Amino acid sequence: MRRAAKIATWVALGAFTIAFIYPFIWLLSASFKPRSEVFDNRIIPETFTLENYIRVWHEAPLGLWMANTLLVTVLAAVAVTITSAMVAWGFAYFRFPGRNFLFGIVLATMMLPGAVTMIPVFLIWNSLGAVGTLTPLWAQNLFGSAFYIFLLRQFFMGLPREPFEAAKIDGANNWKIFTRIALPLCKPAVVVTLLFEFQAAWTDLMRPLIYLRDSSTFTVPRGLKALLDQFGFGGEWHWEIVMTASVITTIPMIILFFLGQKHFIRGIATTGSKG
Amino acid sequence: METRAALLFISPWIVGFLVFTAWPVINSAYLSLTDYDVINDPNYVGFDNYVQLFEDPKVGLALWNTFVFSVLSVPTHLVVALGLALLLNSASKATGFFRTAFFLPKMTPPVAIGILLLLLFNGQNGLINAFLGLFGIDGPAWTTDPDWVKPGLVLMNLWTVGSSVVIILAALRGVPQELYDSALVDGAGWWKRLFRITVPMISPTLFFLFIVDTINALQSFTEAYTAFFGAGNTTYSNDAALFYAIYLFQQAFEFLHMGYASALAWLLFIVIMAITAVQIVVTRRFVHYEGGNP
Repeated sequence: MRRAAKIATWVALGAFTIAFIYPFIWLLSASFKPRSEVFDNRIIPETFTLENYIRVWHEAPLGLWMANTLLVTVLAAVAVTITSAMVAWGFAYFRFPGRNFLFGIVLATMMLPGAVTMIPVFLIWNSLGAVGTLTPLWAQNLFGSAFYIFLLRQFFMGLPREPFEAAKIDGANNWKIFTRIALPLCKPAVVVTLLFEFQAAWTDLMRPLIYLRDSSTFTVPRGLKALLDQFGFGGEWHWEIVMTASVITTIPMIILFFLGQKHFIRGIATTGSKG
Repeated sequence: METRAALLFISPWIVGFLVFTAWPVINSAYLSLTDYDVINDPNYVGFDNYVQLFEDPKVGLALWNTFVFSVLSVPTHLVVALGLALLLNSASKATGFFRTAFFLPKMTPPVAIGILLLLLFNGQNGLINAFLGLFGIDGPAWTTDPDWVKPGLVLMNLWTVGSSVVIILAALRGVPQELYDSALVDGAGWWKRLFRITVPMISPTLFFLFIVDTINALQSFTEAYTAFFGAGNTTYSNDAALFYAIYLFQQAFEFLHMGYASALAWLLFIVIMAITAVQIVVTRRFVHYEGGNP
């Protein structure tokens, strides 16, 4: 009986693994098929071709889209990590009047749906002449983000106070205490913040839809949507182009996951337990 | 001294809060009382936009679509995540490998998930219907039949259940083994242990996921927008997938009805608050906190 249960567990795990991984393999395989065979549902292409990758490179400024996305993503992730860590440290380490009230506001902003601020924020960037540029996609991150402030503060609160008091007696100023002692001790949470925001910025579609107009400024997801509108819906049926571009959009995120797998899993797990 | 240093550290957030949250909230409330197309100055119209919300049939449709999707999606998501986490928890070896396999789809950009939906769920030659065909089932036209669009989106959404699995698995690992040992001594079966020990012990986590998943489902945008809306897309455009966030986006940035869209945003805010409040009141009594309910 126990043996049967064990076998059933493994069979189920295997079946679900296939179900989760199969779409990736299906898509990857289709991207190497010629146009007439992309919907044949074979795992190994009957005719293997690199034609789609060459064509997609000619049809779309993919290199430029990649560069745009990388720029936005790096700026977004670095900016939000530095400022969120600063703010989190301010809330975690110091005692000052109104601290709990202000942190309550930080938490309350997380409850506000993005839809409420979306239009006025667009109007701010519009009045600054930044619509059509990449700036609105990342610059707001210079002011921290409530979720990461919360996450990092939790981490800072778990640190013992002694090293900081000792450094203070040795004459270190507040900035030094933060950058030399607190941040290094909090490295796992900093890495989680960087990875989470990197993924969020890379995969975002809504903001690029709102702010980007010209194809030369597109990020990869925005470009992928444009390719779908042109080659999927727009009368030109070239799904192999759309599939190949989807593979190219997804692969950097798969690589990112394998580079930071441990941090991703731990980061996600702690998010849940803090609720 | 300490206060000044603290304020310096939190100053980025204070500035950001004032500029990108507080001011937008005030401005949004004002704009919702106006007609505004970005080019001409806002024209004050009182509560006309809010009256229009109740007369616009698309608002009702969008609310209904979003509601149906959320009601189908959130519970299935939670049950499947719990099932997979239990499965992973009972396997002694290679859990890391399976966890990776389950989590990987979560890394896929939502726009690519929208495209995968169109491809995998295609009624004629999609993989899903080919699979159903193996069992002699004639699958529906998932991406065109209005009755099957939302179930298709729900199933596609299950592909990214991995992060919830990771969260639940972490909670399962925190349940003390002694509880199961003494239950086994008492001769409690699998179902009994599940509902008497496991579910109550991880109920705070399930409650958290239930609330967060619902809030996210009510704001669903990218997958459905990618697959069923957008420039040049008239043949595929499908009102069965017109979610509230999509209609709001169209009103604001395609029709430039900024005033009306602001009113739409406030209605969404009220709906989310109301639903979350009801969920908290109704489910709270089922949530078990170690050391008593707070």
